[in-house]
Amino acid sequence: MSDMKPMSDNTPSSPERRRFVGAATATAAGLAIAPGVMLIEVAHGRPEDQPASSAVRWGMLVDATKCATGCNDCVTACSTENGWTPVAESKHPKQAPQWIRKLELQDPLTQMETNLPMLCQHCAEPPCVDVCPTGASFKRADGIVLVNRHTCIGCRYCMMACPYKARSLVHESLNDTQKPDVPRGIGCVEACTFCVQKVDRGDGNTACAEACTAAGHNALLFGDMNDPESEISRRLRELPTKQVRADLNLNLGVRYHGI
Amino acid sequence: MASITFREVEGSSPKYWALFGFLGLFVLFGALAWNYMHHHGHVVTGMDNQIVWGLPHVFAVFLIVAASGALNVASIASVFNKPMYKPLAPLSAILSLALMLGGLLVLVLDLGRSDRLIVAMTNFNFKSMFTWNVFLYSGFFALVGVYLWTMLDRSVKSYSKAAGTAAFIWRLVLTTGTGSLFGFLVARELYGTGLLAPMFIIMSFAYGLAIYLMVLAAAYAWTGRPLGDAVMMRLKTLLAVFVAAVLYFVVVHHMTNLYFTKFHAVEAFILRDGGIFTTLFWVGQILVGGVIPLVILLTGLGRSRTWIMIACALIVLGGLAQMYVTIIGAQAYPLDMFPGLIEKSSFFDGEVHGYSPSMPEIFLGLGGIAIALLVTTFAIKVLRLLPASLDDATVAKLEH
Repeated sequence: MSDMKPMSDNTPSSPERRRFVGAATATAAGLAIAPGVMLIEVAHGRPEDQPASSAVRWGMLVDATKCATGCNDCVTACSTENGWTPVAESKHPKQAPQWIRKLELQDPLTQMETNLPMLCQHCAEPPCVDVCPTGASFKRADGIVLVNRHTCIGCRYCMMACPYKARSLVHESLNDTQKPDVPRGIGCVEACTFCVQKVDRGDGNTACAEACTAAGHNALLFGDMNDPESEISRRLRELPTKQVRADLNLNLGVRYHGI
Repeated sequence: MASITFREVEGSSPKYWALFGFLGLFVLFGALAWNYMHHHGHVVTGMDNQIVWGLPHVFAVFLIVAASGALNVASIASVFNKPMYKPLAPLSAILSLALMLGGLLVLVLDLGRSDRLIVAMTNFNFKSMFTWNVFLYSGFFALVGVYLWTMLDRSVKSYSKAAGTAAFIWRLVLTTGTGSLFGFLVARELYGTGLLAPMFIIMSFAYGLAIYLMVLAAAYAWTGRPLGDAVMMRLKTLLAVFVAAVLYFVVVHHMTNLYFTKFHAVEAFILRDGGIFTTLFWVGQILVGGVIPLVILLTGLGRSRTWIMIACALIVLGGLAQMYVTIIGAQAYPLDMFPGLIEKSSFFDGEVHGYSPSMPEIFLGLGGIAIALLVTTFAIKVLRLLPASLDDATVAKLEH
């Protein structure tokens, strides 16, 4: 008690100290609560006047062992959400944009077959962004790689640079399937946006992943790879995954299991 | 050193205007082709999401590469102090400007949004080789323009060597940039090598000089001015050296790839199984563009003006074939995302991509060539670019 005495003597007569303790407590509480508040904000969408945060890195886990042969639900959902014409309905299939496609792989030696969706891999070091002359190709702070519809000049250098053939040029005038929150345009290059309009709305998921879950396959999982508590981070810790063309060291936002 | 008289071509004969009109017609066709492509989008071309750069790029890159090469004759004159080449320099400079203009026009008119050219001039990403090229091309016009001015205006003649040296260094950097457009691409197996930069430089020497010789000979033949053999023999030997050097680089490129197992499939595609690309490589690039011109230029045939012209034309055709193989062949071979596995998809993964150029693409490309020649034809009429005589006696005097 004798140790405490000077303190109790001091405390009432030291408003400065009290203010400091108060401020420190508030700061500590703030620091403790802030990430939670941030998460709630992320989950509830991002106000338009706030930039995307690098605290988040959106990513996708593709479990190729669960990806069903012949199932095209992710592709259909993407086309519906983002308003691009499915290739089967296009008059010019070779020129039709495809933001996501089902890839069938076969090992010629073992005959082992693998199914997986291929989409923009949202590289941390995207070659498309490197080569874009106008800076129209860019990576958001939260890892989503996008094309600025207003500054893309349609040079297609990004399509030459992408190792995943993830990008398409809009070759012809667009019909009325366009969506108001997914700007597209003739002569511009486009690709998977990780459904950025849904992410910014706070859906926390992409159309393809939602469709895959709805079909009961659960092969696609979307989430924040920076958040150690997120479902995707947890699964990525447990499952062995690979990056496509890992030799390029591009640090991909899409990770595959079972390839 | 003896002085030499430069004189404009009269350019009033029906033959001149017929040539002017003929070239103008192709410029018009090119403009119409652009209008058609721009109005409908790239859907009316042979290009698609597999072959994203088509015939316009073949013409554009060829012209840009040839443009820097066409400047060589001027460089030899002022940078390397060879008086014999001095009278040849002004044509060399104007031809390089004209070819560059033609190439750039084709390049920008093939953009998906050619109406947004101003965006490319105002928004820059300095990690992009394309952005660097925007500056390299603009700088080329400025430097070669100044260089040409120092050749034509006696009051600034003393700056000619400095301007010529600057233009020479700039053109080397420029072609390095052009080669690096492909050299800096990581995705495709036939690109992604620093070798492409020096290879493009040596190709530019050959293509540019071949075009220069044809334009020079045509200009003198059609205006009735004397052009002696001394000039032609000297330049044709130089051309043979350049063509041989191109072949050397091509051999080194493919031999290196053939050593690496991971490139065996793509090399087999270009060298053996690639159909049109294999034919264009062996027959177009190697035989027509390399071996036959070498035989012509280095044997007795090379003493004939006609045969030299044939060799030059073959080098140009071979150059176009080379660009076709380099640009379209590399895209035709599918991306190898999963080495060792067979890939199949609705997006044509795992299959060789076909390409048939459409009429508008052909005419856009030809329009680029036409505008380069039209500018040159007009320039020699209004500027004193061509010596009145290049007969052997006149040229011999320059050497002393």
